[in-house]
Amino acid sequence: MIRTAMREHEIGPLPGIALPPDQLAQFRSECARQGSTYTEVAGYDDVPREVVAYLDRNALDKRVVLWAELANLDWAGAGVTIDNRTAQGDDRVGVTGCFCAIAETGTVLLLSSPSQPKATALLPETHVCIVRRSRLVDTMEEAFAMLRNERGEPPRATFFVSGPSRTADIEQTIVIGAHGPYRVHVILVP
Amino acid sequence: MQVKSMFFKQSASMKLQDPVLQESLRKFKGKFVEARARAVAEVDAWEAVRAHAAQLRDRTIANLDAYLVEFERNATRRGAQVHWAETAEEACAIVAEIARANNVKKVTKSKSMVSEEVNLNDKLEAAGIQVIETDLGEYILQLAHEPPSHIVAPAVHKSKEEVADLFHAAHHKPRLTDIAAMTREAREALREHFLTADMGVSGSNFVIAETGTTLTVTNEGNADLVTTVPRIHCVITGIEKVIPTLEDFATLIRLLPRSATGQAIANYLTLTTGVRAPGETDGPEQMHIVLVDAGRSKFLGGEMQEMLRCIRCGACMNHCPVYQNVGGHAYGWVYPGPMGSVLTPTYVGIENAGDLPNAATFCGECAVVCPVKIPLPDLMRKLREKQFDMKLRPWSERAGITLWSYAARRPKLYAALTKMAARVASWMGGREKLIHRLPGLDGWTSGRDMPAPEGKTFREMYGESQRREALSTDKHG
Repeated sequence: MIRTAMREHEIGPLPGIALPPDQLAQFRSECARQGSTYTEVAGYDDVPREVVAYLDRNALDKRVVLWAELANLDWAGAGVTIDNRTAQGDDRVGVTGCFCAIAETGTVLLLSSPSQPKATALLPETHVCIVRRSRLVDTMEEAFAMLRNERGEPPRATFFVSGPSRTADIEQTIVIGAHGPYRVHVILVP
Repeated sequence: MQVKSMFFKQSASMKLQDPVLQESLRKFKGKFVEARARAVAEVDAWEAVRAHAAQLRDRTIANLDAYLVEFERNATRRGAQVHWAETAEEACAIVAEIARANNVKKVTKSKSMVSEEVNLNDKLEAAGIQVIETDLGEYILQLAHEPPSHIVAPAVHKSKEEVADLFHAAHHKPRLTDIAAMTREAREALREHFLTADMGVSGSNFVIAETGTTLTVTNEGNADLVTTVPRIHCVITGIEKVIPTLEDFATLIRLLPRSATGQAIANYLTLTTGVRAPGETDGPEQMHIVLVDAGRSKFLGGEMQEMLRCIRCGACMNHCPVYQNVGGHAYGWVYPGPMGSVLTPTYVGIENAGDLPNAATFCGECAVVCPVKIPLPDLMRKLREKQFDMKLRPWSERAGITLWSYAARRPKLYAALTKMAARVASWMGGREKLIHRLPGLDGWTSGRDMPAPEGKTFREMYGESQRREALSTDKHG
């Protein structure tokens, strides 16, 4: 009986937050509210150039650890040294893709796999995340529907990131950069 | 955590006179309240989401056994090992045995109230294992050897100066008082532990039956490191945390951070399902899930069952005038505020926590803000009734209630007595119309004056107005 009930995947009332007339505008403003920076590029090949510009703006080293799927971009041409492996404790910048992004809360959703380690989004002080426009959805419910359609069930780690790490444990004063990244930069590609 | 709830009255009086605590509470008061109000106002369908969440929690709890078995089946299928602990001692023994069997020397922990309940840290430390709390608030308290005083913001009672002293002593570095710099220092001190721990211990805000998933909700990202880096991940959580589907999680997570801290979403949510897949370079090789009863099943099938809906957001304590003034430690156990006043007496025995259901003004705010609509004042009232029936309250209180009950059931006697009492109280108020001392009810007047009634009871005034009206209708009608 309960198994049948669970298969129905009943959805609760949706929040009725001013959800898109313009989904993209919602995503952009929620990213800002969560403390992520946001930019758009004209094409996928422009990603390395935007990453360099971002690293320059923040006076960061031009060395990144990244997910394998991004390794074939022209990083050398943009002047960036890449490490195509899982991030370690002293890596400074991690660049990842994502499974999808959620407009309601300015969230990116990362799924773990051998070529998509979660540590790359977590250990470095800066997390740059590439989001494809076609992978932007309105709500978490839609993200789960997509996950079921494409993967069947969740992988080991289903990781929702909404802005940089923070804490308010000392006198309720918000400090950015508790244990995870100090910065999250979202790059939207068509 | 050792139960000290029987000392609530003495403890609360001391906390009211503690200047450092009162200053911390003054800074805390209202912050979460305002943030929550803003976050809730953004959601047009708030009441509908709340009602749906309450109903989904009820439906799951009504079939708790079936959902737990379904969860176990799916978690096991994905490579996790599920353990069942009936008592706190069993829960600790299971975790300690996992650590022993795998030669674990160091454990990193993310915040888990269930682990506080069962005293897990003491048990692991007694077995020679180093335990590191990684939530910043819990880390501060571990250095201070203190229990948490709030379920979401555990170190809310600590001042910046106290934290500065603790860090200075623990980190052997110059004493810092800038909060951002202190946080950075703690980050650096803890990073090494994250990378070298053998086992990560986390709680789980919910467990999802259909997928066998456990999950953490944090802003710091500490739980995400604890569940990703070490070779073993051990989850310790309560049996009431089970929810059916991923969609149910989506509903509940709309309520939890908004109710807790006023955020639309927490910065990091990690759903963990099973162990490291072949070829993966991070994630645990072993995953253990300890499902703890330790008193929860006592709520099942009884008149207090609604309490099992609780999603541990802390909104009830943030809005409670008693909590706001005495802080969390006065309550004497892991769960303070209204939710604790219902949970603690049932978990540890009503005779050990008798003051808690009485530590309420019954203003009703806790029920108004509860995201899953738990009728907390009603549940506290039921506990008070139980205490009365079990003769656990002082004889004077019981005698008073018995007399009142006798009078209240006899309207004429009641009217006569209240008429007399109103006259006496009015006379006691004197020219200032303030009563300085109520004999026999000193608690009410020891810290403030009671405004004296003006002379007549409501019934008298109502009767008079009815008569006047009848008269004027006769004249003009």
